[in-house]
Amino acid sequence: MQPDLLRGPGAARRPAPLRGRADPGSAWEAARADLDGLPGGAGLNIAHEAVDRHAADPARAGRVAVRWLDRSDTVHDLTYRDLAGRTARFAHLLARLGVGPGERVFTLLGRVPALHVTVLGALKARCVVSPLFSAFGPAPVRERMRLGGAAVLVTTPQLYRRTIAPIRAGLPDLRHVLLTGGDGSGGGEPGTLDLDALLDAEEPTFTIGPTDPQDPALLHFTSGTTGTPKGALHVHEAVVAHLATARAALDLRPDDLFWCTADPGWVTGTSYGIVAPLVVGATLLSDQGEFDALRWYRTLEREGVTVWYTAPTAIRMLMRRGEDGVPALPRLRLVASVGEPLDPDAVRWTARVLGRAAHDTWWQTETGAIMIAHRPGDDVVPGSMGRPLPGVQAGLLARGPDGRAAVGAHGGVHVLHGVAEGELALRTGWPSMFRAYLGAPERYAACFADGWYLTGDIARRDLQGHYRFVARADDVIKSAGHLIGPFEVESVLTAHPAVVEAGVIGTPDPVAGELVKAFVTLRAGTEPTEELRAELLAHARRALGVVAPKEIVFADALPHTRSGKVMRRLLRARELGLPDGDLSTLETAR
Amino acid sequence: MTTLTDDDARAIVLDALRAVAPGPELDALGPHDDLRDTLGLDSLDFLAVVRRVSERSGRRIEEDDYGRLGDLEGWVALLAGGG
Repeated sequence: MQPDLLRGPGAARRPAPLRGRADPGSAWEAARADLDGLPGGAGLNIAHEAVDRHAADPARAGRVAVRWLDRSDTVHDLTYRDLAGRTARFAHLLARLGVGPGERVFTLLGRVPALHVTVLGALKARCVVSPLFSAFGPAPVRERMRLGGAAVLVTTPQLYRRTIAPIRAGLPDLRHVLLTGGDGSGGGEPGTLDLDALLDAEEPTFTIGPTDPQDPALLHFTSGTTGTPKGALHVHEAVVAHLATARAALDLRPDDLFWCTADPGWVTGTSYGIVAPLVVGATLLSDQGEFDALRWYRTLEREGVTVWYTAPTAIRMLMRRGEDGVPALPRLRLVASVGEPLDPDAVRWTARVLGRAAHDTWWQTETGAIMIAHRPGDDVVPGSMGRPLPGVQAGLLARGPDGRAAVGAHGGVHVLHGVAEGELALRTGWPSMFRAYLGAPERYAACFADGWYLTGDIARRDLQGHYRFVARADDVIKSAGHLIGPFEVESVLTAHPAVVEAGVIGTPDPVAGELVKAFVTLRAGTEPTEELRAELLAHARRALGVVAPKEIVFADALPHTRSGKVMRRLLRARELGLPDGDLSTLETAR
Repeated sequence: MTTLTDDDARAIVLDALRAVAPGPELDALGPHDDLRDTLGLDSLDFLAVVRRVSERSGRRIEEDDYGRLGDLEGWVALLAGGG
């Protein structure tokens, strides 16, 4: 743990200069120059760049910042002036509640304006914000809020009752729960406060305190192969990369209507669902509804979306529906995709049916912003993720017997040149690079070697320098744009009294990329009945929510490594019909 | 295509839901409860339900019908109402 990353900006601290890093001529420097910095040289704060500087400009204050579609398709607009006022009220409220800079504010919300207000208001108060996926069950939520030391949670009465109430007693650090957007049946939950009423009582102007660009700002959880989820910590300087990549990869401009369909619980939902379009000064569209092909087409057409950032799973679901009734979308300038690799068929389909070939983009929770993409104006190479953005130095590293980049005795790596396949790595030092895994310095350190960040993705590079995703180097499952850690799922399954052991893998799926599939062995004398399967599925869904396995298979035995761990790679190989023998080296790898 | 009674249609849909999202929430499901919210269905779960109901009922369910299938009553109306 790097404790300094979570200290509050005390009175004695002097903010570092805005242009602290000397990287003259780089793409980052150009973006840095277009940010304002806090008035009086008081540092750099994401919320100032995203909201207050626009609201302070009479020419921009009345522009729509957030266009929200509620479930019934009604449009609600928030201008930059409105957003500045509401986020100011939220920042005041945190102070009134005794929540100080550096403390963690969590959200468990769908796509509603309270999300934007909470995230940006908490950043104004120099708190660290961690948005969680509202479809998580109680188990993953508890784990993340414990790891993050959540002091405040903003959620709805419905989600509170379903997900938080059962685990509240296990979250002693959680001092305040603020409920918003009651569904009519709730309110007055014991131990909670009414956010909307409290905000009304606060002042709509707020002066952001001195903020060092290296102060922590955002905490996003991601899943690893083993152990607990990892809390990737990002700093206010990340906004430099949000602006640079919004321009370089998404071609965002102030007059754009930008729609990012990602859930706020994943890093995309914050970096591009909230921060990037607002820093540019564009209008972001936020849709409360879930995926529905006709509704999405209607929204694209009626709202005149100009730049659309979505996911391969969504595109493949549109493809399933067919081409009837797809509206002409003359204002749509760019379609981009993130989450898992975009297959060539999907690229060709978008080109033919939407009139724009979808641009794949590649990045991770840890990178904080898009690193590799087909840039606007590039010819899209179907199946490829594109090339590194300006300012990003990507490389492929030779792999060792465990499938990860080989690191020599003195810490060196072997960088591959030209056409090659290896572990994708990035030269460290880009502004939105994660600065810690909260409370796990050894896991953080293990991500770096010889000045490279090791991504865990295996990729191939062609003659033109385009990168293509090949596979994960570990057992993490990529399903419908979500990164799911098998260990977290296995732990919940083995907590059931009938289960002895569980192995969880991703199995190929034409829509979602991969689906979570679990193999379990049962306690002696337990019958593998359909009733038990349903019970296990219900148990897993109740604890995990949407990351629960979609399929549970009873197995007589599971393959093990020599150290006794369930060998997921062998389960996966068998699932894919590959010969086991190909994996003999992996069996000894650990 | 044989016409289903309301009860047949309801039974088929409940079976499909039970295979995808079993549990006490399903046992207590009302005809107008939002399926996504009440059962925590995501888009992939929903597609799995569609596939199972199609197989059992012998009826192709068009993507454009999905908007009507937010609750149990919507499913019954589609399957038993013939349209």
